Formats: sequence, C-alpha cells, structure tokens
Amino acid sequence: MTFKFNNSTILQSFNNANNFPVDHILNIKNLSKTYQSGGQPLTVLHNINIAIAAGSTAAIVGPSGSGKTTLLGLCAGLDRSSEGSVELNGIALDSLSEDERAHVRNQHVGFIFQNFQLLPTLTALENVMVPLELRGEKNIKARAVELLGKVGLAERGHHYPTQLSGGEQQRVSLARAFSNAPKILFADEPTGNLDAETSEKVVKLIFDLNREAGTTLILVTHDLELAAKTQRIIRIKGGHIVSDAAQSLVIGH
Amino acid sequence: MTNDPMTNPTKRKLNLPWLFLMAWRDSRRNRSRLFLFISSIILGIAALVAIYSFGDNLRQNIDDQAATLIGADLVFNSNKPITPDVQKIVDSLDARKSQERNFVSMVLFPKGNGTRLTMVRALEGDFPYYGTIETVPAAAGVDFRKGKEALVDKTLMLQFGVKVGDSVKVGQVTFRVAGTLNKAPGSVGIQSSIAPIVYIPMRYLEKTGLSQAGSRIQSSYYFKFDKKVDMEALIKRLEPKLDRDAVNYQTIKTQKEQTGRSFEDLTRFLSLVGFIALLLGCIGVASAIHIYVREKINTIAVLRCLGVNGWQAFLIYLIQIVGVGFIGSVVGALLGTFIQQVLPWVLKDFLPFAIDITTSWGAIIQGIVLGVLISILFALLPLISVRNVSPLNTLRMSFEETRLTRDPLKWLVYLLILAFIAGFTYLQLKDIGQTIAFVIAILLAFLILTLIARLLMFMVKKFFPFSWSYLWRQGFSNLYRPNNQSVILIVSIGLGTALICTLFFIQGLLMQRVALSSSGSQPNLILFDIQASQKAGVAELTRKQGLPVISQVPIVTMSLVNINGKTGVQLKKDTLGKGPSIRAIGREYRVTYRDTLTGTERLKEGEWIGKAPANGDIPISVEDRYAKSMRLKIGDYLLFNVQGLLVNTVIKSFRTVNFNRIQTNFLVVFPAGVLEQAPQFYVLLSRVPGSKISAAFQSKVVDKFPNVSVVDLGLIISVVDELMSKIGFVIRFMAMFSIITGIIVLIASVRISKYQRMQESVLLRTLGASRNQILTITALEYFFLGFLASSTGVLLSLAGSWALASNVFDTAFHPQVLPVLGILLGISLLTVLIGLLNSRGVLNKPPLEVLRRDV
Ligand SMILES: Nc1ncnc2c1ncn2[C@@H]1O[C@H](COP(=O)(O)OP(=O)(O)OP(=O)(O)O)[C@@H](O)[C@H]1O
Ligand SMILES: [Mg+2]
Repeated sequence: MTFKFNNSTILQSFNNANNFPVDHILNIKNLSKTYQSGGQPLTVLHNINIAIAAGSTAAIVGPSGSGKTTLLGLCAGLDRSSEGSVELNGIALDSLSEDERAHVRNQHVGFIFQNFQLLPTLTALENVMVPLELRGEKNIKARAVELLGKVGLAERGHHYPTQLSGGEQQRVSLARAFSNAPKILFADEPTGNLDAETSEKVVKLIFDLNREAGTTLILVTHDLELAAKTQRIIRIKGGHIVSDAAQSLVIGH
Repeated sequence: MTNDPMTNPTKRKLNLPWLFLMAWRDSRRNRSRLFLFISSIILGIAALVAIYSFGDNLRQNIDDQAATLIGADLVFNSNKPITPDVQKIVDSLDARKSQERNFVSMVLFPKGNGTRLTMVRALEGDFPYYGTIETVPAAAGVDFRKGKEALVDKTLMLQFGVKVGDSVKVGQVTFRVAGTLNKAPGSVGIQSSIAPIVYIPMRYLEKTGLSQAGSRIQSSYYFKFDKKVDMEALIKRLEPKLDRDAVNYQTIKTQKEQTGRSFEDLTRFLSLVGFIALLLGCIGVASAIHIYVREKINTIAVLRCLGVNGWQAFLIYLIQIVGVGFIGSVVGALLGTFIQQVLPWVLKDFLPFAIDITTSWGAIIQGIVLGVLISILFALLPLISVRNVSPLNTLRMSFEETRLTRDPLKWLVYLLILAFIAGFTYLQLKDIGQTIAFVIAILLAFLILTLIARLLMFMVKKFFPFSWSYLWRQGFSNLYRPNNQSVILIVSIGLGTALICTLFFIQGLLMQRVALSSSGSQPNLILFDIQASQKAGVAELTRKQGLPVISQVPIVTMSLVNINGKTGVQLKKDTLGKGPSIRAIGREYRVTYRDTLTGTERLKEGEWIGKAPANGDIPISVEDRYAKSMRLKIGDYLLFNVQGLLVNTVIKSFRTVNFNRIQTNFLVVFPAGVLEQAPQFYVLLSRVPGSKISAAFQSKVVDKFPNVSVVDLGLIISVVDELMSKIGFVIRFMAMFSIITGIIVLIASVRISKYQRMQESVLLRTLGASRNQILTITALEYFFLGFLASSTGVLLSLAGSWALASNVFDTAFHPQVLPVLGILLGISLLTVLIGLLNSRGVLNKPPLEVLRRDV
C-alpha cells in the first residue's frame, strides 16, 4: 500500500485561515457520523467540511453533546466516519485499517486529554519516551529529559503518575504529545480537570511549545477564553457547524 | 519524511526488544497480581510433576526390585495338589528350590484367647532368594524355619497384644512366635488387613491337621537358578504342560510387566486427577486475566493513540503472561518435587516396596513446559481481545465493551484448548475411546457445574431479598457485581466439594450395606470349611453356646469341563462376544444342592426344579448376573467334573440373589438327590449378640475344630472400613489439590477486585458506613459465595451418589445430613475468612491513601 505524501515543509509562518489554502494538514469533506444506538440511528455530525492549514491553531467549541469529541476523534483517526472523508497530512484515513491508522498517529499526531491519560505503570520519563521508542529513534532518553525540562518537570522523571498532581500530569502528557514532533496536535478539554491557575500555566505551555515546533493545534473546549487564543474558532451545535471564523487578534508574542 | 517506514506499515518490524521492555514496565506495578493469577496453576503443575516424578521413580524401582517382589527366578502356583507330571518338571529343574503351601485358616493366640482368620504360609527351603522376609528381630525371617516357630504379621501382633516369645496355635500345633512380620516378598499392605500372614515351617503342616481335603490350599514352588538359564526358552518349553495342569508361573520379567501395568494404572489415575486440578486453575487464570485485561483497557487505548498496533499491544501482554507463567511453573515444579517425597507415604498401603526417591528432571521439564503452554492457552482467551481495544476509549470510557467478547479468533482458541485437553489426556491414557470419554466427562462436569452455578446466580437475582436489611442486600448484590468471579469460584470450589462429598457418600453407602445385614435376626457369623464328619459336632457346639444354627449348607467343589460340548480351547476359537465366555471354564465352582429357593433368592427366568429326575441331565439353576456376564442361556448343557465324576447338567433357571445380606450365596445350585454322596463340606450361619460372645465362641470353635474358619461380620465391617479409609485417604489427598486450587483462585480473585472494592468501601465510608458495617457486608458476600459454591458441589455429588446407589449398589440412598451440613458450613466459613483477610487493607487505611494508590 502506498500513500501520497506531502513533501512541503510544515514550518510555515502564521497562516490566516482566510488566506488562500496553501497547505492543508487536515482536510475534512462531507463528514457525517451516525451511531446505531438501540436500533435507532442517531446522527451526531452532519455534513462537516473543514480544512485546517498546516501550522495554524483552531478551537472547536459548542454546547455539551454537540459532537465536539466525536469530531475530534474522527479527525485524529480514532474512529471511522459514516460518510465523507478525512485526510490527514495527505493520507486518506478512511481507507486505512486500524493498525495503519495507529502508525499514522505515531508518525504525525499528538494527543492531550482532559484526564491526562498517562500510562499508570510507567514513570513520567517513560511516558514521554514511549512515542519515540515506538518510532525506533535514537537518543531517546536525552530528548525525553529535555522535553520534561521544557515543561518544568526535569526532576520528576522517575515519578509515577499517581505521585504527580493533576497539573503536573498534564504537563507530562504535553511533553509526551510533543515528543514525536507531531504535525498536528489534538487536545480535548486540556484544562477541563484543572483549576484556573494551573490551567493558565498549562495553556501557556501548550501555545509556547506549539509555536516552537510549528505544530498545528486543534483543541476542543468549553472555555471561550481559551478558544479566543487560537486563530480560528469553529462553533458546532447539534452536529452542524454554525460558524467558522478567523480571529482577528494575534496571540501574544 | 519520505524515508519514513510508512510506505508499508504492515511490514513494520515488531521491535521485539521494545515489546519486552514495555511488558516489563507495564508489569512493574502489578507483578504480584500477575503472579497471583498464575498461582492458580502452581498446584496443578505441582501435582503433575509430583505424580510424574513418582511414576518415573516407581518404574525405576520396579525394574530394580522386581526380583525381590517374587523372591525367586521362577515361581509355580497351583490351586490343586501338584500332579505327578508337574512334580517331574520340578524335579528336573537344575535349581535351588523352595516350596510353600498357603491357605486361609483361623489361628489362636492362647495368651488372651484371641482368634482371627489369617493366611497361613507353610514354608520349606531358603526362599526368598532375592530380598528378605522382613521381621523384627531381623534374624527371625530365616531362623523360624529351624524350630517350632512362626512369624506373625505385625497387625495381628498389635491387635492381640502378642509379643515375640508368646505362642500362636495353628490347627493342632502351638508355635513360638519368633518374630514380627513386617513385610513378606510381594505382599501389599492392603492385603494384610483382610487376611494377615502367619509363616510356619512346612514340616509342621501335616501335624496342624489343616492340610486335609476340603481346605483350599495353594501350592507354590520357588526356583533359583545359579547357572545362567535362558528363561524365555525354558518357559516356552514348559508352558504347555503347566497350562494343562492349571499351574501358573511367574518369572521376574512377568512380574515386572504385571507390577508395571498395575502401577501405570495408579499413576494414570492420579495424573488425571492432578490434571483436573490443573484445569480448574487454568479456568481461574483465564478469568483472572479477563479482569486484568479489562482494567488495562485504558492503558491499551492510550498506547494505541500513541501508535501501538493491535498485535503489538497483544504481544506486550502475552509476554507478561509467558513470563509469570514460566515463573509459576518453575515454582510449581519445585513444589511438586517436594510433594513427591510425600507420595510414597500417601500410597504406602498400595505399594509393594519402599520407593527410592530421586529428582526426575524429565518430569520437572515436562511440568514447566506444560505450565507455560497451558497458561498461554488459557490466557489467550481473554488476551486476544486486546487487539480490538479501540483508541476511542481514551475519549469515551468503556466504548463498545461488547466487542471484547465477539471475535472469531476466540473459537480458534477454544478449539486449541479442546485439542490440548484431548491431546494431553491421550498421552496419559493412550486409548482413543477412553480419551474421548474422559474429555466428554470433563466437559460435562464443568458444564453441569457452570449451569448449576449460573442457575443459582439467576435464582439469587430473581428472588432477590429486597425486604432484607441494607447490609444483607449489599452483600448479596456483590455476587453479581461487574467483573465478578462468582461462577468460576462456584465451579472450582464446587468441584472440590463434590469430590470429597461423593467419597463420603460412597463410604456411607458401603457401610450402610454391610450394617444392614447386621440388623434384626440376620446372620452375622459364618463358619466354613466344616467337614462332613464335623457337621453335627459344630452345630452342637453352637447350640451349647446358646447361639442359633440359622442354616447349615453343604458345599461341593467342582470344575466345569465343557459347555454344550465345547471345551475351553474350542470356545476360545469362536468367542466373538456371542457364545458362552471362556472365563466360565477353568474356575472352581462351589456348589450347593437343595429342593427349595431360599428367602434371599427369586426366580428370574425358567423353571425351578428342586428334585433331580431319575435319569437324564441334571436340571440346575444359575445366578442371573453371572449367567449374563458369561453369556449362558437357559437350555445350555454344562458338563461338570465333581471330584473325578463327570455329571451332565442343563440350565433350567436363572435366580436373582440379594447379596445385601450375609448369606451363603451360590452361582450354581443343584437340585436335591444328586450330590448327597459327593465329598463335601458345610457352612454354618449363626448370629452372635456381641463381640465378646463372638470372641469366646470363636476360640471354642478353633480349639475344638481347628480347621474350621470363622468370619465375623464385625471383621468384614472393619475390613471394609479400613479399606475405604485407605482409598479415601488417597482420594482426599488428590481432592485437596482441587480444593486448594479453588482457594487460591478465590484469593486471587479477591485480590484482583481489591481496587474496585477499595473504592466502593471508601465511598461507603465517605457516605457514613462504619467499619463494622463494611466488614459485615464483606463477610456476608463471601459467605453467600462459599455457600453457593459448596452447595453446588453437594448437589452434584448428591446426584452422582444417588445414581451410583441406584445403579451400582442397588440400594436406596439416604445421605447423611449432619456431615453434609458440616462440609457446607466449613467451606463457607473458610471462604469468609479468606475474603476478610484480603479486605483487611481496605479498612485499615485512610480513605485518601486508598483512593490515590493505583492498585
Ligand atoms: N457510542 C455512541 N453511541 C451513541 N451515541 C453516542 C455515542 N458516542 C457519543 N454519542 C452521542 O453523540 C453526541 C455527541 O457526543 P460528544 O461526546 O461528541 O459531545 P461533546 O460535544 O464532546 O460533549 P461534551 O462537551 O459534553 O464533552 C452525544 O449526544 C452523545 O450522546
Ligand atoms: Mg466531549
């Protein structure tokens, strides 16, 4: 099986979504998702079309139950769509098997979850190392230590997740998310489980690291303040996109 | 990024070292738990390794000690007096020779006036040539032959408080007891409980007066060749002559084969019981891993998000299982090597010699391989679902849980397991029919137990006691909490209980049967081998003691020459399951004659003829079951040899006999008017009110009529009891493996669900439950579990015993209620104890610490 490749560099300077689509890291066309629950079909996403420029940041917002998590899962190749297509970094996810999609995730995708999702039996350092090890890279430990340093947890590498606070766990998961130098980073309510102060720190880290690596960032949130920090806000309601607007502001340098 | 291995992701290398690393890391925080899963199979492996090693040692020992089992190079045995032809053979052999004559007889210990039925062996010559007659003092085994001395079995010495130097009266002769007999060549412990051995020198046999006609005497010749002799050729030459005169022979080689065969059966039986324990453990492993995997779903989902593919995730956990499976098997093999030291002691009553124990590496390796194989096989069942864990679980917990159970690969694993069980069983039994039977039996047992367990759970759910207090309801409902192991526990503890209960019931059944005949005015004392000349005297003596002569039955011994004109050789030719069995010919028949049926007999078929016609064939009656097994029919002609006189008979009727009562029961009954003049002896039935009177009567009989043997029902009861307790001990020992495996599975499963319990308990405590309330809930839960499990076992064994009682023993089955209640309660309480001990941690720690700790 061969795939199309997108050979262009990803380090594009800030691309406003309203500019002509130079280079789309994520391309969603006519996406629908229908669940078969109790014999009754339930369509939670209707005909979604989104294209995300490489290196940009976007937020998906909407009321609870509107389908945000479902959409994110589809974008990241965690689930299969009922209709339409998802193209990630030029790879059509719909035609891939689950194992092939796993490989795509390892190569191109990073995740941050609301409940951190660190592997409980691995230390903080090992959690950061896993994606690198999976890629069979070299010099893994040094790079993982460096990443942990960037999130301010260099000293806590040998601690297990249960020995860390929620904020610390989320920072470890950030380090892990960036460890494989992903082209695109998905975050589902990254601050949902954190207090305001800790949230602020984590958010700052996300955007700093993101900028540094030139990663595309897609985050799902209720928090409009957080959404406002992205370049583009996609609002959905009842499985429909109700608005999709570029932000005029430029995030704080 | 074009150099990325992406071009062919399916061919991406598995990166084994990393998988091992991940398996190691992931196990780090639950290694003790993983080990706990595997501990369920430790005992099974231990049992098998012990039994295999034991079997190896036994084979080795049989090879080494076969010679001492028969004590000579060649042995002749005959139930009849040696014919001149055979005597010629004996004389012609260039060897050292010994002769033995043995028979069952009463002996009397004058000190205390004790009498008992024994096996008297009169010996002449230097036998045994290999090994020794083991006695205390040691020299007595050889020296008793020089004087008027006897060797007396140690059980007899104990029973009657006899010491070396005391005397024993055999027939008319009083011997000095030269030594305590510990072991005679080839005798097995269990034989001595029926008829303990007394050795006397041959030259006093005549004087005892016990060698006269009517007594059943077996003659043996022992040969030791000092020069090298080709035994094969010798046997080949002698066999036809020996066969013709009904002389059995044994050589060291035949002895080896015979002993080997009987002990192969024993070790085979034991290893199958061990295998059942192992299977129980395996099911424990499967269900524990199932829960383990469920708890790991989130971890697996995260790994999949990070790019681990299905097979990699599967391999990470498979590696863990193989690792702990290996450790568990090594521990099991070590344990088995220790248990092996105990086995000879457990089986001592069934072994003909002391076993030298050596470590059997073959058995150990076999055990380890088996352990790893079986843990993989059974872990595979829950493990293959790891491949299907969706990364979506990271976003939404327990997504599509049902997918865990639907996987076509599962059927392949089931098939593999079935194939494994069948294959393993075949290796043990080497017989396809038996293998199929065993596998089906195992499947059925597990199926039935599972069904009963499920039914019980269903009943609990259906008739849930909503009106009970909260604590009871909570304890009750814990039985079907998610991830519960109720069914597997019920099956494993139930199977152990069933084994023990069935044994107990059967023991009860047998005792009940024997005891039945001792009630009312049924006879409970038999005097046999009464000579015709003694008939009146014995009856008179009996009456003089105030005891009834319930009946006095004549017995004539005869042999069957041919059936419908066909001799044994001819029958052998056309024996294809149609004609009469050859086994009917060649045995000795002890026949009585009378003109009526007795109270314990019923006519089943044909016509009872009580009086012989003046001429023509004699109409006889044959016992129904014996006739069936020998495939005899009404109208068959039997030619009997009545001590030299040929008598033509024809089968006219079949009788059923109630063997439940002590009675003189006969396979063949002649009508009156034929055998009255034939050489015969009598059996007298009486009833004694107590053991004291019985003992006094017995010693009077032995004193006056030394050749008459007396069997007291009390003796039979004690023999059956002893036998049952010896067999029972071995079975209990093996059942113990299954019970302990059940307990380990219990401990493991309690441990596994500990975290879940902790959270619940903490929640309950937060909601205001007191320590005692939580304790009560836990105790109640385990009590219900133990009670359901043991009642499942009891139900199964009740059904099994009932079937046995009505089909095999032909009696009504009245289970003993109290002991069964005891077993039920005992196992339930044990379960409670283990449950409470394991939950201790939850109660003694502050809630926060419990919540923060990850398992
Ligand atoms: N497996 C499923 N089967 C049936 N319905 C589902 C399933 N998963 C999600 N849904 C439904 O899809 C809808 C969208 O769910 P989703 O989790 O995407 O919402 P959300 O926008 O992320 O909400 P929240 O902000 O509360 O997290 C909901 O109504 C949910 O009930
Ligand atoms: Mg959501």
